[in-house]
Amino acid sequence: MSDNAISVQHLVKRFGTTTVLDDISLEIPRGQVSCLIGPSGSGKSTLLRCMAFLEEATDGSIFIEGAPLGFVYDGAGKRQRQSATELRKVRSQIGMVFQQFNLWPHMTALGNVSAALRRVRKMGKAEAEEKAMVQLRKVGLENRAGHYPSQLSGGQQQRVAIARSLALEPKIMLFDEPTSALDPELTGEVLNVMRSLAAEGMTMVVVTHEIGFAATVGNQISFLDHGKLLFTDAPSKAFAKPRHPRLEQFLDTYLDRGASTLV
Amino acid sequence: MSWKLFNLLLEASLMTIFVSTVSILIGLFLAILLSAANLSGIRPLQWFAKFFISFFRGTPLLVQLLLLYNLLPVVGIQIPSLVTAIIGLSICTAAYQAENLRGGFEGVPTGLVESADMAGFSPVQTFFHIRVPIALRLTLPALINEAILILKASSLVSVVGLIELTRMAQNLVASTFMPLEIYASAGLIYLVINLVVATAGRQLERRLPGVGGK
Repeated sequence: MSDNAISVQHLVKRFGTTTVLDDISLEIPRGQVSCLIGPSGSGKSTLLRCMAFLEEATDGSIFIEGAPLGFVYDGAGKRQRQSATELRKVRSQIGMVFQQFNLWPHMTALGNVSAALRRVRKMGKAEAEEKAMVQLRKVGLENRAGHYPSQLSGGQQQRVAIARSLALEPKIMLFDEPTSALDPELTGEVLNVMRSLAAEGMTMVVVTHEIGFAATVGNQISFLDHGKLLFTDAPSKAFAKPRHPRLEQFLDTYLDRGASTLV
Repeated sequence: MSWKLFNLLLEASLMTIFVSTVSILIGLFLAILLSAANLSGIRPLQWFAKFFISFFRGTPLLVQLLLLYNLLPVVGIQIPSLVTAIIGLSICTAAYQAENLRGGFEGVPTGLVESADMAGFSPVQTFFHIRVPIALRLTLPALINEAILILKASSLVSVVGLIELTRMAQNLVASTFMPLEIYASAGLIYLVINLVVATAGRQLERRLPGVGGK
């Protein structure tokens, strides 16, 4: 098996006549943090959602740890949908963290983290909750286990969401703008959890507007614009001058907002 | 009016409460099954659910009860009037509750279903562990409303021969000639029962964690 956790090959996504992803090929190296950056509408979130098969690509293929995701090609080269069981098996290697947290509002933090352990992994209640507590401790929320999502701050909710994904022991974690719904202070606590996860060697793909995080924690930066992948590079190269002109333009918008100290 | 008469009304109201409660619960169960049929993506099931809902919402409960009462013996089914009453009320309320729930199911945020998908839930698990609890919370006020309507509509089941609160009142009036006192008492009992249901419903809304609750 190659060193790549995810392999995206000639991915195309169209909504009607609009091409959202235009022939994207990208390798996500194992044990590293890959950041997808770019302006709104560039297709970075759609690309990430394709990696979880939450969006179905129009063409091309995605491999997760070598296994095809969502579609398989038959002998005649015709694309067919994977069976639901097969899809669930491939997906079980992926954890997903959403911009809107997507915690289940009728379950406590502990309930959210332990639900899949019980229903999907068929663990007993005590065992599932014990495992869930380990994850809540890891994100620093063991004392909020009995709280419902609406009783938690946005940052706490997102940390519970991260714990919920981690409880299923995924090999890859996908983050879809995990801090975009948070104020700067709450953003910090979520990024800290992500930093420690990266330090443990988790394979991570992060769609983010936090350029500072991408530059300091990322191992690989992919820059998208209008559905095209303009380049993929190490941050030391991507952010070093001379930069790609489109990236330069994009970063200027950050500087315009007085964020020069962050970049 | 004597206490003895009032006690007879109270006893009959137990039948009203029993028939209504059982019918509402069976109706809720059927409504969830109808919602599952609607969400299944299987055409014949969706058609069945749509037909079921439009038929039982589009015809009067009284007609449904009379039809059921006269139809069952013709096809050779002999069941007690209590069962006939429960079947009639359950099916009717199922149609209304399914329609209420439809709004609730549509209100379940897509993201919550996506996170269930990512956690490895099967569609059936997602339905019962995520969609149903959230849809029920979103439609709780409408469901409480439906429960109150059914409690009052249960007065119609006297046509299948069941002696509940309204029928008992009619019988007592026939033998005592005190219509004002007796019907006023019956109305009062309905009012008290429904006030209890409404208050309990509001308490439930306030205490249920999740959507709407704290």
